[in-house]
Formats: sequence, C-alpha cells, structure tokens
Amino acid sequence: MKKLIIAAAVVFAGLQAGTARAAEDTDPPARDWSFSGVFGQYDRAAMQRGLQVYREVCAGCHSLRLIAFRNLEALGYGEDEIEAIAAEYTVVDGPDDEGEMFERPGLPADRFPSPFANPKAAAAANNGAVPPDLSLMIKARDGGADYVHALLTGYVDPPDGVELLDVQSYNLYFPGHLTAMAPPLSEDAVAYGDGTPATVERMASDVVSFLAWTAEPAMEERKRMGIKVILFLLVFTGVLYAVKRKVWAGLH
Amino acid sequence: MSEFKPTNPVIRWIEHRLPIFSFIDHAVGSGYPTPRNLNYWWNYGSLAGIALVILIITGIVLAMQYTPHADYAFDSVERIMRDVNYGWLLRYIHMNGASFFFIVVYIHLFRGLYYGSYKEPRELLWMIGVTLLLLMMATAFTGYVLPWGQLSYWAARVITNMFTAFPFGETIVTWLWGGYTVGNPTLNRFYAFHYLLPFVIVGVVFMHIWALHRFGSSNPVGIEADGPQDKIPFHPYYTVKDLFGLGVYLTLFAALVFFAPNMLGETINYVEADPLVTPAHIVPEWYFLPYYAILRSVTFDIWFLSAKLIGVILMFGSTLILFLVPWLDRSPVRSARFRPWYKWFFWIWVFDVAVLTWVGANLPVPPYLYIGQVASVWYFFHFLVILPLLSIFEPTKPLPSSIGEPVLKGGGASAAGAASKPMEKA
Repeated sequence: MKKLIIAAAVVFAGLQAGTARAAEDTDPPARDWSFSGVFGQYDRAAMQRGLQVYREVCAGCHSLRLIAFRNLEALGYGEDEIEAIAAEYTVVDGPDDEGEMFERPGLPADRFPSPFANPKAAAAANNGAVPPDLSLMIKARDGGADYVHALLTGYVDPPDGVELLDVQSYNLYFPGHLTAMAPPLSEDAVAYGDGTPATVERMASDVVSFLAWTAEPAMEERKRMGIKVILFLLVFTGVLYAVKRKVWAGLH
Repeated sequence: MSEFKPTNPVIRWIEHRLPIFSFIDHAVGSGYPTPRNLNYWWNYGSLAGIALVILIITGIVLAMQYTPHADYAFDSVERIMRDVNYGWLLRYIHMNGASFFFIVVYIHLFRGLYYGSYKEPRELLWMIGVTLLLLMMATAFTGYVLPWGQLSYWAARVITNMFTAFPFGETIVTWLWGGYTVGNPTLNRFYAFHYLLPFVIVGVVFMHIWALHRFGSSNPVGIEADGPQDKIPFHPYYTVKDLFGLGVYLTLFAALVFFAPNMLGETINYVEADPLVTPAHIVPEWYFLPYYAILRSVTFDIWFLSAKLIGVILMFGSTLILFLVPWLDRSPVRSARFRPWYKWFFWIWVFDVAVLTWVGANLPVPPYLYIGQVASVWYFFHFLVILPLLSIFEPTKPLPSSIGEPVLKGGGASAAGAASKPMEKA
C-alpha cells in the first residue's frame, strides 16, 4: 500500500515539476464573497447548490474525506434530509461477526466515500495525476476562494506555440498553465432544484461557497464570537486606560 | 523598601511559616521599587510572560486531543478544528499566540538594545534573555512540525539537514531523526521536546526575573536611581500600566485570531505531509525569515569550509552574537537618547533586520540574493565593528543628573517633597 502511494506521488510530482517550469503567475481576480469581511457569513442557498455540483461533478474524481453527512446540518438541511442524502451512498463497513466486510447504505455519521479505493487507483484512472482531496482546498491554495473560482472558470485555448498533451488542458490561473484536470464545468452540467440557471460562472461560485465551508466550518461562529470579544476588549481597555490615568495622576 | 505587614490573620499565619506573600509583594507588588520614568516600551516583558502562559494553557488542552503519529497527526488537528468543542479557537490562539510571542519578545529585545539595558551590572540578565530566545526558537520549530502539513515536514527536513554540514553530519542527522529520513520517530521526539521546552522556558524566566530584581529595571535615561524619589512601587503604578498594555495587546491578538487566523501561516501547510512532493517554495515561519536569509546568503566555499557550513555557522552566529553585546558595546552611556550616533545605527540595524525578513520570504535569486548578502554583512558589521568603534569615537550628550529631572517639573533631585510622595505612600 505504502509503495503504491509512493509510486503515485512520484508520478504526480513529475507532472507538477514539468508544468512548474513554465510558471508565469496570473493573479486570480478578487471577488466579493458572502463570507468575506468581518461580518461575512456563508450563503446557505449557494452552499446547497454547491453541494449538488460537488456530488454530481467533482465527486467523480475528488474525495471530501474530512466531511461527514451529519456536518451538512450547517447547510440548512434537516435530520431527515441528511439521512436521505447519506442513504444514497453505499459505504463499506465491517468486519461483521463472520469476519467479512459488507456494504450498507450510508448513515449521517459516515463521511463522504472517496471515489477511488486508494491513491494508486486514483492515479491509474487519471493518467497518473491524483486528484487532490477538496475538504481543505480553499485554505490550501494561495488566493483561496478567488483562486479556485478562477481556476474553474479559467480554461481557455492554449496560446500559439503551446503544445498540449492529450491529457492536458490550458488554464489561465493554474501555476504553469498546463493542468491534468479537464474543464470540469459546462453549461447546465447540473439541473438546480431551485431553478437557478446553471451557468459555468454560477456553478463555480456555488461550489466554491460550499468548499469554503468545508475548509472552515467554524467561520461563522468564529466571527460572531470575535465581534463580541473585540467589543468587550475595547471597552475594557478603555476602562483600564482611565484607571491608569487616575492612578498615575498624582505622579506627574 | 516598604515592609510587608499583612493584617489578615490567615495570611499572617501562612506568611510566618512560608513567606510566600512577601515574596510575591517583592516580585510584582508594592515592595518592588521601579524607576518612575519607564515608558510603554517597558510593557513588553510582562506581555511576553502572559503570552507564554496563554501558549502553555492552550497547548496543554490541545495535547489532550492531538495524536503524535505520522499517519494521524494531520487528521487529528483537523478533528480539533471541526469536532472538538472550541477546538478551532484553542488551535488558532495557540498558532497565532506563537507569532505574537515572537513579536513581543523581539520588541523587548530591540528595547534592550536601544536603551542599553544589557550593560553592567545587567549582563547576565541579558544573557539569560538571549537563552530564552534560543529556547523559544527550539520550541516554535518543534511545534511547527506537529500538524504534519507539507511545510511542517519539509521545514523539519531542511533544518535538521543543516547538521550534515558538520563533521559526522550524516550520523548526527540519522540520530536526530531516529531513522534515515524525517518520519514517525522524528514526529514523536519533536512532540516530546515541544511539551518539555515550555517548562524549561518557565524555569529560565524565573532566573531572568531573579536577575532583574537584583538591580531592578533599567530605564529610558539609563542612569541608576539615586534615591527613593526616583522610584515608585511596582504595584499599583506598573501593574495598572501593564494591564492597560495587556488590553491593547489582547485586542490586536483577538483581531488576528478571530478575523485573520491564517494570515501569518502558509497555505500549503493545509496539505498533508508528503515525503515525495517537495513544495516549490519552502519558507519558515515569519519569525525565522531573517536567519533563513542569512543561511542562504552564503553561496560560495571559503578554503576548506563549504558554503553550507558557513551559512549554518553564520545563521546560529546571528543569534549567538547577542551574548557578546555587553562586551562589544563599551560605551559608558546606556541609553540611545544620549548617543546621537548609536541612535542612527540602531535604526539602520532594525531596518537591516526588516530587509533580511523580506529577503528570507523570497527565493534566493538575484536581486534578493545580493540584497540578502549585503544585509547579512551589515548585520554582523553592526555588532563586530560599529559597536566597538562607537564606544571609542562617539561624542555622547550630557546625562541628566537624576531620573526625576526630565519627568518632573522643577527638577527631581532636589524636589524631595513632591517627588518622594509615592514611596512614602507605599
């Protein structure tokens, strides 16, 4: 198993090193996200649509191994809905009393099953490049949400003189521009339940909203608490300054 | 000095058998006479102490949830971030607390250099402080490895690999790693050291404070107090001043923890360690960047010494040279306020360190490489040449006759009545 991972990683590293040489940075355009800023919060509707994009498009290749179905409560789903989503998946459990592994429908406590059994299988199915896990993707790349959005919408025809291999695509924002990920989104790749038109732009920003949450699920609680803490500290520090002035008044 | 006379019978009973209350009173209470003219740059010592306590408390709680194993460390940190109650808060406080600890300690150190706090009779106090800095570095480095992200792993590899520059280097490095590469044994021992060293730091902090209390704090004018009119009791004057400083510190700290917790970190450390994928750009945490710049500035061998070995020696030397500062700077005047030339060279040196920080964050290619080389040379030139020369040639300004003089209207030395009031009150 370890050897398989190592072999897969070597291939991946080789691909990356090859592309990195041509690197020429293009900064992703800064976008105004619902979750940016001190008061920014996640957009529930966008996250639910983003979940759909992940499940119907990204999940074909990318795992989301840190997220359990029960976590989807944060997207605004009720218990029944979460149980229903989980039950659509088949997970391997066991061993049972006979020592056999068995399959069963997913439960809210299960995590999203990965599309491939192991990195070697992932590499074999993707021309040697292992699709990275998406749980932390927004925190794991410079540029964060802006970068991932730019990447998903940044596929263009290669400029003159750039030869692509069959497995490569040209992307304005990927470091080195040559990526092993084929353009993942096309118009109406999903049919949104709420009637939102599934443009590439919309799907990209929805899935980024969803992945921003998977990377930092405690962000809303963090910011809410932060505002209270800062307000308290400002008042308390002001009081301390007044006390300091009073105590020192007799000295000057 | 005021005598400590408790009125509460319980405290008197304990005090008679174990004089702990008078000990505290003499350490940080009304029984510790402090120069009356300390400015806000003197807040950073107590702030460093509080930063250390915050790190130890959050660290102990995090240790209850963390798994020091190469296969589980990364996921256990994510579990803390997602499933442990307020785990995200504890981890972000701990992570950013280390950065704030270094900010505070660097300002504390710069203050010591500016006001000549290291001069006789406080040389040992200064040297214990430099020892604390070295211990902090070791703690921060071992701690950074624990989340087992890509930079955790590769930083551990790059830094431990420096020892291969020395004779028997390969053997030393294998011994440090507990194997033939950075792996699970390395992570385990780094965890052990990361838990141990903070308590060693606490012990050395007590020595630092002990040495401090031998002669008391230095002060902005750099002359010793010549009577009770120059001093005020630590409590309430400096306890309240330090508390106000703490309020400002915590407000800034909270802004970072709650609204930009990953600003000072590298994104790639949210990718799990992979021994076979070398990150394109390996950088240490910001507080190590100047040393990293010096290490990478040496690109040439000198005689039988390899570039790598010289780089490693200079990198360690950049901190170790601080031990010698009390003897490199022989000027009889402590404070830069009365040293017109040194004041300039001090700020040039601070700028030099800032340049090294900036260079350290960039790849060692021109022009960064050349800028880094010039800045590295200046760093040592400042200590080895400028400080000794200034001691001889600098025309210093006349010193005030007493600490009270510049702060008190109408002259402090003779104003026994008004000026001595505070210590009488104590």
